[in-house]
Amino acid sequence: MADQLAIGSRRGLKPALPLLLPAYLWLTVAIFLPLSAMVFFSFMTDLPLAGKEWSFTLGNYAVFFSQSLYSTLLFASLRLGLEVTLWCIVIGYPAAYVLAKVLKGRSREAIFLLVILPFWSNGLVRIFSWAMVLREGGILDTALNAVLPFKINIDLMYSYPAVIIGLVHSYVPYMVLTCYLTLQAIDDSLIEAGRSLGASRRQVLWRVIIPLSMPGLIAGAALIFVPVVGSFMEPRILGGRTGTFYGTVIEDQFVAVFNWPLGAALSFILLAVVLIILALAAPVLRRAG
Amino acid sequence: MATTRILEGLGRFYIVLLLGFLYLPIIIMAAMSFNASPFYQLPFEWTTDWYQSLWQNDQLIAATWNSIEIAVITTLISTVLGSMASLALYRYEFRGKKVLQALLFPPIAIPWLITGTAMLIFFFGVGIGRGFIAILLGHVALALPYVIVVVSARLQTFAPELEEAARSLGANQWQVTMRVTLPWIMPGVIAGGLFAFAVSFDQFVVSYFLSTPGQTTLPVEIYAAIRKGFTPEINAVSTIIIVVSMALMLLTARFFKFGGEK
Repeated sequence: MADQLAIGSRRGLKPALPLLLPAYLWLTVAIFLPLSAMVFFSFMTDLPLAGKEWSFTLGNYAVFFSQSLYSTLLFASLRLGLEVTLWCIVIGYPAAYVLAKVLKGRSREAIFLLVILPFWSNGLVRIFSWAMVLREGGILDTALNAVLPFKINIDLMYSYPAVIIGLVHSYVPYMVLTCYLTLQAIDDSLIEAGRSLGASRRQVLWRVIIPLSMPGLIAGAALIFVPVVGSFMEPRILGGRTGTFYGTVIEDQFVAVFNWPLGAALSFILLAVVLIILALAAPVLRRAG
Repeated sequence: MATTRILEGLGRFYIVLLLGFLYLPIIIMAAMSFNASPFYQLPFEWTTDWYQSLWQNDQLIAATWNSIEIAVITTLISTVLGSMASLALYRYEFRGKKVLQALLFPPIAIPWLITGTAMLIFFFGVGIGRGFIAILLGHVALALPYVIVVVSARLQTFAPELEEAARSLGANQWQVTMRVTLPWIMPGVIAGGLFAFAVSFDQFVVSYFLSTPGQTTLPVEIYAAIRKGFTPEINAVSTIIIVVSMALMLLTARFFKFGGEK
């Protein structure tokens, strides 16, 4: 009767294995082995395919460290990630606050769903939809010229701001979601207590609300920063020639230049950066869990 | 109290602005797919020509069928394997369980660019190469963690005494699972399946690296078309995709409340 001590949870890996193996074997073949292969491959001179000479080398990493182009681009991508994350906080946090503390009942539920919905629709298509708005003679240009008394030319397409706008549009629902979850958990009586003790609205915001919602902010920041640093499709479509980032260079190694070992090394460096960021955010994420 | 009311009013207005920011480009893109001018010229002239010309675009139709086929197979495989794994993680205590749960994180957290290029290298190295099988392998792996997370969340609401009761009444393990546990977690399994379908149907990055000219998916085909130059035809097919995926998520929301009560 030992297993009745912990109802529902029984001991032993053996009976669990047949249920676990298929899923984890699949993940091994399609995720973990490929990631290991990428590391291995980044130390090779060429593809280990039939008839090709190859040997081990540190050359691919030497390229990254000797040519400033790659580190410059990695830096540009990190900056892009930081800017997009900041904009997502500025735009998303107030929205999460209104959702959590101002709206009630069914209207809150409906608007929450409306904010999250685009996030789960096709990312590529949403980026493309901005091309309709931002190009010269596009909607923004036409609308502004119809309203303004003087003629201006808005041609944001193929520029850095266009890439920022597209990425913020793609990722801001993440920030709303994570901040909403932590803001909703803050007891209203804490806010009232602060107010009745004579704190101003601003003091309550900075001393009570923001510190308590920090886990949501950090979780959202990590979930946005990481994919933005590795983005390539968004800069390609909205950035045009100005849209060269670390991600687009990796893409090039695999689909245009066919220097796979260099691509693997660049990917692995990105992976290392990403893992460091996730490791820094992990304690907070776990607490927010 | 007056200030509070003004602030609340501003808050509501802000939400409307945010929704405008989120939906306006999508609405404009959809509107342009019904505009006659191939260069997106205004004034607006209603037409459904672009949707009709989609029917003549064999390449897009082939890619669409591929996408649907891959998404359906991905859904079936990842729902079954994922539900099995969730059940094991729920039922059994063993060393290394925490590690197994943590291993679900990388496929979600690592940028698809890295996962996609790594798959390309590995599948090439072991002889699978690119194409249908490679894309399917990748999609199931990306969908599995979502299914496991969603089904596990549903399992948290399950009362284990029910399994004990069924067993003490003489049901064997298989009967307990099929007659007691599975019916209870069904909403979670369905939501997980819908998630899996969405992950696969909307997936671009991983498919992009694993596709070949003959074996591609709809998003990959759209990306190629966008880079060649925009036409209202792309708007038309994009509009269809976005309507399908949003409808799918509304359906999922019915089965699984995001972050809300269980």
